[in-house]
Amino acid sequence: MKRFITALLIGTATLAVAAPKPVTLLNVSYDPTREFYVDFNAAFARHWETTTGQKVTIKQSHGGSGKQARSVIDGLPADLVTLALAYDIDAISEKAKLIPASWQSRLPHNSSPYFSTIVFLVRKGNPKEIKDWDDLVKPGISVITPNPKTSGGARWNYLAAWEFAKRRNGGDESKAREFVSALFKNVPVLDSGARGATTTFVQREIGDVFLSWENEAFLALKEFGADKLEIVVPSISILAEPPVTVIDKVVDRRGTRAVAEAYLNFLYSEEGQDLAGKHFYRPRLPAAAQKYATQFADVALFTIDEAFGGWKQAQETHFSDGGVFDQIYK
Amino acid sequence: MNPSRKTNVLPGFGLSMGFTITYLCLIVLIPLSAAFLKTATMGWPAFWEAISAPRVLASYRLSFGVSAIAALVNGVFGFIVAWVLARYTFPAKKLVDAFVDLPFALPTAVAGIALTAIYAENGWIGSLLAPLGIKVAFKPLGIGIALIFIGLPFVVRTLQPIIEDLDADVEEAAASLGATRAQTFFRVVLPAVLPAWLTGVAMAFARAVGEFGSVVFISGNMPMKTEITPLLIITKLEQYDYAGATALAVVMLVASFALLLLINLLQAWSARR
Repeated sequence: MKRFITALLIGTATLAVAAPKPVTLLNVSYDPTREFYVDFNAAFARHWETTTGQKVTIKQSHGGSGKQARSVIDGLPADLVTLALAYDIDAISEKAKLIPASWQSRLPHNSSPYFSTIVFLVRKGNPKEIKDWDDLVKPGISVITPNPKTSGGARWNYLAAWEFAKRRNGGDESKAREFVSALFKNVPVLDSGARGATTTFVQREIGDVFLSWENEAFLALKEFGADKLEIVVPSISILAEPPVTVIDKVVDRRGTRAVAEAYLNFLYSEEGQDLAGKHFYRPRLPAAAQKYATQFADVALFTIDEAFGGWKQAQETHFSDGGVFDQIYK
Repeated sequence: MNPSRKTNVLPGFGLSMGFTITYLCLIVLIPLSAAFLKTATMGWPAFWEAISAPRVLASYRLSFGVSAIAALVNGVFGFIVAWVLARYTFPAKKLVDAFVDLPFALPTAVAGIALTAIYAENGWIGSLLAPLGIKVAFKPLGIGIALIFIGLPFVVRTLQPIIEDLDADVEEAAASLGATRAQTFFRVVLPAVLPAWLTGVAMAFARAVGEFGSVVFISGNMPMKTEITPLLIITKLEQYDYAGATALAVVMLVASFALLLLINLLQAWSARR
């Protein structure tokens, strides 16, 4: 018996030496990723423990993308951020100097392991026959979108509509402006965030069409029933890339760089990509993309860089105070 | 011994005054002065432009206008509620009394979502009003209802103890001396409760001006129409325009403070009379 206890003690002691101290990570993310990261964090914790023997706990924080970026700027010790748009991470680089300006080139695909796009959610049977962007400006159509000034997702909506009209009119910017003005004339309520707008459309039953993240639209379908809603994919839409990055100053201070970087790389792994597809984000990896190919409709996607010269410029022209969006409501 | 020190029965004035000042500084003044300091980083022209844009002016009108209306509505109906609770006994009075405090305790976002659900066109009340052409949710009227909701306890809770202290004998005496009911109310009851009433209405108003959580859900947030000033502050923050956001905050702060000061003076004046 005594020998057994000694063996046990020695055993635990060696184990304690062998197993590194448990570590925690804080992932600061935006609203619709909630369900995805619950699954992904569990998968990564398993992966990390089997490869290194270290236990890792990932804490999540969710909220509007801009608000989340501000928390990090104001000192929330995020090891990594996974936000809705590059502009918000740019702000972290610019305002707080926590990451280098070149952060987006550090990981493949503009640091966006998965992507999404903007689609239409309509009532079952599509009673107003909404097929494409130009149906949204018809009189009598009521369109639901959050406010582009407060919602990252809504900025994608707005820019997608703009680019559609611009291409339809041979690159004429003034026509695009008219189109977007007409579209927002059809918007009866401007919620401040994506989830609020989903509630307005689905539960308050306001509006004929809801401009939504593709993953959020699928989630609404799953949540509220495919007997009430259906998804319409327009002829052309925007490539929405929600990027990720480690926060250098924080991981270096906390000594968590290795595990934080492994976490992000795991997003690009087969398992991570599969989980992304399962949660209605479009995976990058061909194998995972193939697997979920039937789930996602084919749609011509353009990037914000080719259409608007990047986020910074789009933000300045369209969404800053006195910008094009404000002029619509003059 | 210094005679002036004898006026206080309880000792410890110096200590408690020091504590009061430290506490107020820590909790109120230092955070608020940060708003002023942040605003100071922008020049006058930029400050003026930020606080006088047409959209911002529209939001002041809405925020202060609807808050004032809501406070007045609460002033009238809150008085009735306080009067009933103070003067009459009826079954389940304790329960009714507790209802009054609900708007205090409820997270305002919950209130906003609940009110929107009820007053939206497919909601219980909204669906009854819609055929009459009355739209509540996503209109200024909806904002008014949310602000009345959150302001009610302020009026009731400040008035109730005063009315309870007011002897019914005085009213009876007035009546027996030949005063009409209106005279009894305006010349006997009203002067006694007026200071507390003003305080209650002022607090309801101040609360309404700063309210955000419940209003954003029911207002619809349409620029120039149903955007409250606190929402514009959030909008500016969303663009990382910290200085612009605090500029608006400073305007609200100064305006609220001026109004509260005015009401306090009014109250002091009415108490002296």
